[in-house]
Amino acid sequence: MASPPHTTLETNAPPGSGSAMERLQCILEREDFPRLITVLQEQGFEVIGPTVRDGAIVYERLETAKDLPEGWTDAQEAGQYRLNKRQDHALFGYAVGPHSWKQFLFPANSRLLSLHRDGNGFTVETPAEPAPRYAFIGVRSCELRAIAIQDKVFLGSGAVDRTYAERREPLFIVALQCGVAGGTCFCVSMQAGPRAETGFDLALTEVLEETRHYFVVQTGSDRGAQILAALPHRAAFPEEIQAARRITDHTARTMGREMPKADIPALLKANYDHARWDAVAERCLTCANCTLACPTCFCSTVEDVTDLTGNHAERWRKWDSCFTLSFSSVAGGITRASAKSRYRQWLTHKLATWHDQFGSSGCVGCGRCITWCPVGIDITEEVRALTQTAPPTPPAPG
Amino acid sequence: MRPTPYRLVRRRRETRDTATFEYVPAGPEQLSALAPGQFNMLSVFGVGEAAFSSCGESPRPGAFVHTIRAVGALTQAIHRLKRGAIVGLRGPFGNPWPLARTAGKDVLLIAGGLGIAPLRGALRSLLKAADPPRRVTLLYGARSPVDLVYRHELRQLRRRGQPPVLLTVDRPDRLWRGHVGVVPKLLTLAAVAPVQTIALVCGPEVMMRFTARALGVLGIEDSQIYVSLERNMSCALGFCGHCQFGPVFICRDGPVFRYDRVRPWLDIPEL
Ligand SMILES: Cc1cc2nc3c(=O)[nH]c(=O)nc-3n(C[C@H](O)[C@H](O)[C@H](O)COP(=O)(O)OP(=O)(O)OC[C@H]3O[C@@H](n4cnc5c(N)ncnc54)[C@H](O)[C@@H]3O)c2cc1C
Ligand code: SF4
Ligand code: SF4
Ligand code: FES
Repeated sequence: MASPPHTTLETNAPPGSGSAMERLQCILEREDFPRLITVLQEQGFEVIGPTVRDGAIVYERLETAKDLPEGWTDAQEAGQYRLNKRQDHALFGYAVGPHSWKQFLFPANSRLLSLHRDGNGFTVETPAEPAPRYAFIGVRSCELRAIAIQDKVFLGSGAVDRTYAERREPLFIVALQCGVAGGTCFCVSMQAGPRAETGFDLALTEVLEETRHYFVVQTGSDRGAQILAALPHRAAFPEEIQAARRITDHTARTMGREMPKADIPALLKANYDHARWDAVAERCLTCANCTLACPTCFCSTVEDVTDLTGNHAERWRKWDSCFTLSFSSVAGGITRASAKSRYRQWLTHKLATWHDQFGSSGCVGCGRCITWCPVGIDITEEVRALTQTAPPTPPAPG
Repeated sequence: MRPTPYRLVRRRRETRDTATFEYVPAGPEQLSALAPGQFNMLSVFGVGEAAFSSCGESPRPGAFVHTIRAVGALTQAIHRLKRGAIVGLRGPFGNPWPLARTAGKDVLLIAGGLGIAPLRGALRSLLKAADPPRRVTLLYGARSPVDLVYRHELRQLRRRGQPPVLLTVDRPDRLWRGHVGVVPKLLTLAAVAPVQTIALVCGPEVMMRFTARALGVLGIEDSQIYVSLERNMSCALGFCGHCQFGPVFICRDGPVFRYDRVRPWLDIPEL
């Protein structure tokens, strides 16, 4: 982790100012869409995108466009997720599922080191296998924001995390301008969507009309422009660009949830002992589902494992969660023993202290923690309860 | 995350569960020295890794010395290591004690339990500082007389009478002639001129909280008090999230903090 292989991320950056590409929007017809995946594969990328598995839309390796969830949509509510058939053949007609892209950039399990005993000492090896070169297809605006937030955590706050940097640097991003708002989405109130403006190589808006099915394509980088050049395309007409715009405008108006408008960091910091934490702790199972599903949660722990001979050991990094007891244990005991203190850590970290640490909120309004909470605890509802019952102007620490 | 190999060359038993370990580089690679208050991450092959502070001994250039209490899997494994064994070290991590601020001042070093280790580093530096403090007083509390570490050294200091050393224990034995009770009680016995006092405090969190309040009662400003905080740590690089303490990461922004900057957070239970 110490020596950064790459410290800057120029790859998804907008092209040089004045570039015509920046403004140019093009049309990719539905029947030409499979070529996008093929061209990326030809360029040496492992293409990852949405697919249906075990009753949910997850992110996995795609071989062809046939792997996409064509004609599927999802219905999401607090603690509920169901797949339904659509009336049309949309490829991207659903919201986000239980997976996020973080599992590829910040793997749930990664080997940091191998240790071999020799004589009375040992040698240390860092993994030599090259990191995968991913192309992500169907990255939503909120997810781009989540990636930017993890960039800040792993690349932009001092030390550079090598595992993340190696995967992030070559990453090719095909964004998707959302055509459907999920029942638990609230990106609009987090200023994180639904329209992606930067941080992608290409961005698609899927347009379904009576007799036509096509994509409006925006380029966000020179690499994106090169990939587009290898695909059959033409410049978009103004009506097509407007059609794409109307789609995201409609998505913005149909958000399933809304984060209350308030100075949330100040509110949370002033209410560490609010009675609401006791109420939510009675429902919370401290199962950690929310932190695993959340695209920005970055906590991890390190474990050493040895083989039977005892001569080889490996050091692994695994996702961890502030909801586990071991997370805060020290020799003197467990710092966050109560469920109340663990839920409070999660919510105040996401929405308040994240600003102090990384200069933004840690929440992008994707709604995963609401949908995948087994008891349907809703982050927006918890904040709303605090805004409505907190004493008017309490002193805030820090 | 890659540790540098070091060889264990010396160990000294301090108490029934605590010992001091010295390691030197096992190969050509070397880490920079720790300033008092900073810490290393120390690995034992196949067992794991944890944080250990500089204890202020610098017997030979390039060596690291930690005083370690056996409390669990890793620390017990360290205690079982034979001389010549190889360990892995990373670091230095964290911010040191603000020793430059102490020139010409009255300094209180206040330790509870193994909190003495990082403060002993501060003491040793202050005693040979080019721009020394006016007065240094060490206040140190342990569970019982046999739990006092660096006993030999404490005895020497007390024999010399300089700097003054005030000791207290929770549970005295028959031979104990020192003070009994919590560390803050010692404060009334220390000679302090509040406006020009700097206090460096390290120990269990409750002890630091009560000590800082007692210092306040004596008229010492929060901004003249420094505390060294402890949380579970896994990476020491600001990535793993374990050491969060409200808005800060203790590994990166601490472990030494000016008390006024963390006071509101220290008062929140289970933060
Ligand atoms: C900045 C800093 C400096 C420290 N300096 C010293 C020192 O100089 N000497 C010393 O003896 N100890 C020091 N510690 C504490 C030391 O890191 C822990 O005692 C050690 O991690 C326990 O590991 P273990 O595997 O032996 O215990 P475990 O088997 O892991 O567990 C024993 C107990 O310690 C807890 N624990 C586990 N991991 C940690 C962790 N990373 N941090 C704290 N507690 C943990 C467990 O939850 C359990 O309650 C320091 C800690 C910090 C954060
Ligand atoms: S806190 Fe919930 S809504 Fe916010 S980014 Fe994480 S999973 Fe999405
Ligand atoms: S909310 Fe919890 S698991 Fe998520 S980043 Fe913060 S401390 Fe880690
Ligand atoms: S120890 Fe990992 S963030 Fe501080």
